[in-house]
Amino acid sequence: MSNGNERIVFDHVSKVFDTENGPLQVVDDVSFGVSDGEFVALVGPSGCGKTTMLNMVAGFMHPSDGTVTLDGEPIVGPSADRGMMFQDYGVFPWLSVEDNIAFGLKLKANRVAAERRRQIVDHYVELMGLGDFRKAFPKTLSGGMRQRLALARAYAVEPDFLLMDEPFGALDAQTRTSMQDLLLGVMGEVKKTVMLITHSVEEALYLASKILVISARPSRIRRVIDVPFGYPRTEALRDSSEFSELRGEVREMVMREYAAQEDQARSNRRKQVGQAQ
Amino acid sequence: MSSSSSARSAPVASPTTGNSPGGPPRKRLAGSLYRLAMLLGPWILVIALWYGLRYSGLFKPNLIPTPVAVAERFWQLLVDGNLLLHAYMSTQRVFLGVILGTACAVPVGFLLGWYRGLRRFMDPLINFFRALPPIALIPLVIVYFGIGETAKVVILFYAAFFASVIVMYEGISQISPLYIRVARTLGATDYEIFLRVIIPLAVPHSLTALRVALGVAWATLVASELVAAQQGLGAVIQEASAYFQLDTIYMGIICIGFIALVMDIALRALSQRLLSWQERHH
Ligand SMILES: Nc1ncnc2c1ncn2[C@@H]1O[C@H](COP(=O)(O)OP(=O)(O)OP(=O)(O)O)[C@@H](O)[C@H]1O
Ligand SMILES: [Mg+2]
Repeated sequence: MSNGNERIVFDHVSKVFDTENGPLQVVDDVSFGVSDGEFVALVGPSGCGKTTMLNMVAGFMHPSDGTVTLDGEPIVGPSADRGMMFQDYGVFPWLSVEDNIAFGLKLKANRVAAERRRQIVDHYVELMGLGDFRKAFPKTLSGGMRQRLALARAYAVEPDFLLMDEPFGALDAQTRTSMQDLLLGVMGEVKKTVMLITHSVEEALYLASKILVISARPSRIRRVIDVPFGYPRTEALRDSSEFSELRGEVREMVMREYAAQEDQARSNRRKQVGQAQ
Repeated sequence: MSSSSSARSAPVASPTTGNSPGGPPRKRLAGSLYRLAMLLGPWILVIALWYGLRYSGLFKPNLIPTPVAVAERFWQLLVDGNLLLHAYMSTQRVFLGVILGTACAVPVGFLLGWYRGLRRFMDPLINFFRALPPIALIPLVIVYFGIGETAKVVILFYAAFFASVIVMYEGISQISPLYIRVARTLGATDYEIFLRVIIPLAVPHSLTALRVALGVAWATLVASELVAAQQGLGAVIQEASAYFQLDTIYMGIICIGFIALVMDIALRALSQRLLSWQERHH
């Protein structure tokens, strides 16, 4: 399975949660690798275990079976080399925009001199278009601005990996598109290895170099799609016929999994009713 | 800490600040008159009710002193009756009780909020002690601490501690784990998380705890000064009640209320400065 330049490797990973209704298998024997510089999108029905997989890479959760390794070493906990962007942003409300960006740079793990820190903060304030708000507290920012702030903060400590859990899910369509372009722009400047969770096939295709279609729970890798478009990408790509063709194909594939999830939920309910009687 | 609803709420001006300083002078005047009315209105209302009650015939006139009589008594005691000394003694006791009480309540409340097992274990005990009225403890306090200053401060400490410890641990236990996770992915150690995430998030709860403690301590003051106090507003009230000097009793109560109010306003102003980052929903 593992080839030379794969940095993150899932090797026969399973995850079982203990719940009130007994054990719940969420991830089932999943194996895949993420190579250096790859942009991997995870697409799959709600509740199939995508966040769980990302949490195992971040180091917040551990497999019940199998291993998740980074450069051959099992992942034991979170660290500054794996930046994470959370669905509800997680910008620190008690810090101003610039102090949010500087937060990681003041930690022992990635401390830099004050002068250098200011330069980095200036750079990202500029890059993310937050110039008018650098002294402002997050309470005055819009959703898109908070998202940009979270991205700036994650980028500032120069992680090798960026883990994104539905980062643009809460944004309106316009802001979402511009955030996608911003992300691609920033990636063009400093390349990162990315794992991104999304429910949008369009978003996955536009951003990623590889798409993993995840099955209904317990999750398995149903399909691996190599996205044939090179970088840099621009909005024109969305209008191309290849793009819309591929989008149709992938969408169908994903729809099947969403439908399977529905069926499964229904049959589970039936089972429960049967047990009750 | 919902972050979505708030983005648009910030710039909405409240009606009192609606008149910008640069507006036309007529409007500015109307604005300050409005503010003055909002400031004095409630007090004028209370005094009017007071007069109303006095002359309503519901009570014997000698049972309700007029506001003027109370004000006269205030002036008299201020000039030659050591009123300032009494107020100072009471304030000092409240201060000591509150400072010591919150100084203990903040770390204890923090630990209880942070460690769920500890909280479950201690919760019944804390609620037990909190439910005891401090006045019921006076005999015990006298036995163990005598009748000096210590005894009075101990009672205020007790009241302040149990009121504020609950505020503190309820607040701490609701801190969102999201911020801690974010800090971890940025490379923070446990110590750094404590210093840079938990402490800033604990400040608002500490300030609320302080405010609650201050309120409770003033409310307990008279009880604490039941312990052989010669000085203090509570002592003034008790002595006056022995001689049935209703105007002095009223005056003492009003003094306590006003000092408590001023302290609360000061504390609120301080929290607003320290906590300007917080979103306010109203
Ligand atoms: N700590 C936990 N304890 C018990 N069950 C959990 C835990 N975390 C997740 N689960 C369960 O595991 C399943 C998968 O959760 P996960 O959050 O990984 O889904 P997801 O694919 O990210 O879904 P969505 O697209 O809705 O975010 C869900 O059924 C969830 O209830
Ligand atoms: Mg999820």
